[in-house]
Amino acid sequence: MIWALILVPATGGILAFLPLAVRWRRVLLVATAALHFALVLASWQVPAALSAADGWLAIDDAALLFLTISSTLFLAAALYAIGYLSTDTKKPIRDYLEGFDFGNRPEGIFIGCLLLFLATMSAVALAQHLGLLWVAVEATTLTSAPLIYYHRHHRSLSAAWKYLLICSVGISLAMLGNFFLAVSTTAAGAGKEITLLIPVLLDHASVLSPTWLKAAFLLMLVGYGTKMGLAPMHTWLPDAHSEAPSLVSALLSGALLNCAFLAVLRMQSVLAAAGMGGFGRSMLLLFGLLSMLWAAMLLIAQSDYKRLLAYSSVEHMGVLAVGVGLGGVAATGAMLHAVNHSLAKAGLFLVAGNILAAYRTKDILSTWGLRHTLPFSGFLWLAGILAVVGSPPFGLFTSELMILKGAVDTERWAVAAGYLAALGIAFGAMMWAALQMVYGSAPRMPKETEQKRDTFLSVAAPGLLTAGVLLLGLWIPGPLEEMVQRVAALWGGAL
Amino acid sequence: MQAVREILVIVLILLNFRLLGTSRLGACVQTVALQAVVIGLLPLLGPRLPAPWVIAMVAAATLVKAVVLPALVRRALRETGVVRELEPLMGYTLSILTGTGLLVLCYLAGRQLQLPQGGAGQLLIPATLFTMLTGLFLIVARRKAITQVLGFLVLENGIYLFGVAFAVHEPWLVQTGVLLDVFAAVFVMGITIYQINREFDHIDTDRLSTQGLKR
Repeated sequence: MIWALILVPATGGILAFLPLAVRWRRVLLVATAALHFALVLASWQVPAALSAADGWLAIDDAALLFLTISSTLFLAAALYAIGYLSTDTKKPIRDYLEGFDFGNRPEGIFIGCLLLFLATMSAVALAQHLGLLWVAVEATTLTSAPLIYYHRHHRSLSAAWKYLLICSVGISLAMLGNFFLAVSTTAAGAGKEITLLIPVLLDHASVLSPTWLKAAFLLMLVGYGTKMGLAPMHTWLPDAHSEAPSLVSALLSGALLNCAFLAVLRMQSVLAAAGMGGFGRSMLLLFGLLSMLWAAMLLIAQSDYKRLLAYSSVEHMGVLAVGVGLGGVAATGAMLHAVNHSLAKAGLFLVAGNILAAYRTKDILSTWGLRHTLPFSGFLWLAGILAVVGSPPFGLFTSELMILKGAVDTERWAVAAGYLAALGIAFGAMMWAALQMVYGSAPRMPKETEQKRDTFLSVAAPGLLTAGVLLLGLWIPGPLEEMVQRVAALWGGAL
Repeated sequence: MQAVREILVIVLILLNFRLLGTSRLGACVQTVALQAVVIGLLPLLGPRLPAPWVIAMVAAATLVKAVVLPALVRRALRETGVVRELEPLMGYTLSILTGTGLLVLCYLAGRQLQLPQGGAGQLLIPATLFTMLTGLFLIVARRKAITQVLGFLVLENGIYLFGVAFAVHEPWLVQTGVLLDVFAAVFVMGITIYQINREFDHIDTDRLSTQGLKR
């Protein structure tokens, strides 16, 4: 079962590299995504935590929650990919910004890397050994870098290079954090061998050397935080999200960032067990608020709608960090927020792909009149932005309110003020862009793309994702609510 | 034995200065490979010989870091026809001066970090930190994509040195995974460099886009 969650997409990915007919490869993509999703759903039915490979891999509550997010988004992205790949022509495409022609990379590499990316993300969620976790996180970087460089031109190449280098360096620091943690275990001197398995660490947390443990946490927070897109280590994120094909951006933003956050949280659970949860929480709070305010500033007057979404992702990662940093009900809110944000943001990125295909520009000011040109996408765009800025009745409203409640309950007024200010700025900046794009008059469509209208495949996946966020705002299913509370308790949610 | 170890650590520090001070990329690759060899020798010269499987792991890691990865980078060098890093963002004299400052800082920081088991040698922690900072410095202060990859390798060397020096015995599975990841990272970076070269006839990362990679 556990192995299948990693091996199914990995096998699919390797098969996709073989010279197959185009149609079979696409069937393979959707079939693997559906099978993975079915496996994750089946895992919900298993009552106790499963483990494999001497406990190195296990489906605990946290793993299941984050796996579900990744798998759902991947299925949506795979469905969207069918429509996307069939309209993406083999002919050279005219670049809208600088007017040169470029082609795409072979579809086999794209689909293969996409499936391997899913396999590595599953491994991150399932890993119970901090060393293995590190290996898996670095592997996600390597499998997703070729996805960012799908369109062969210099901006996407630059984005891929930046992503590869900054994330690799960041993750190297997390490796040093692993070593520091190992040193802190030898300090125990209990004669016993303490491995980096999380359950073992949790049991022996009290004998770990505090100084080295703190240093290890900081290094991992910076290292995995780079991957997660926390300011000021987020510099790779806007470029990668804006240059990658939209379905890849959706996966990066909705699934990958969460996986990196899970890596930070695993370490936070060790810290909490060692009685230093407060230190970890204050650090998360600091980086979280910094990310929120930083991103809010960059959201103002942003002219590129994919970058708008990218900075919004930085902001929401800040929200997650703040939520866990506050603890208590806010941590529960943060876990719920992770689910909500992933669904909403992935839906938005997929819609952004439709807009980009029709208008061939990422400039907000040149994509007015979505209401007339792409009625369905326009509607989903407005709904998605409304959801992502946290307006009721969407799910993000509930989770953001829970985090605010956590700040108010513990009487941290400065945190509450900063949190509300950042959310307020983001609301203004993103709603301005959305309203211009949807209701603005004078659609200026390039002639050659007149035929690129909404199709069933292009709106079905984002439509379902947005409907999911709406549903979570109105009614949270019982199992999910319990799950979210149990997961939040792992990082010191229950104070 | 302790004396030999100390000498090796000093050699390591000097190799870092060589990296900071040379513009010839071929020499840089050679230095990085040499560094990996030195780091690989350190655990063998400890107070007692480590277990056979540890020796095997160290040998494998040294092989990858001193032979395979440099060969990959050299191939990228050949394909792109780059020989020197001209016009770095920070000049070579200034780089060496910065390096000296960093070394002092590392020495001061190293005194703060007390190792639980002790006896690892006075210079080891400063050398580890200095190697890592040299790697980061190369990534930030040089323009060529290849030099940035070399910086990444130096950073990896520094971190690996920490693991080796303090006998952090991770299970072989993790070590293999780490090695594989580093290998794949350099491989993918090598491919990317090849692509950059083909697209633009140069591999200056800060001319890739208007935003560039200036950080």
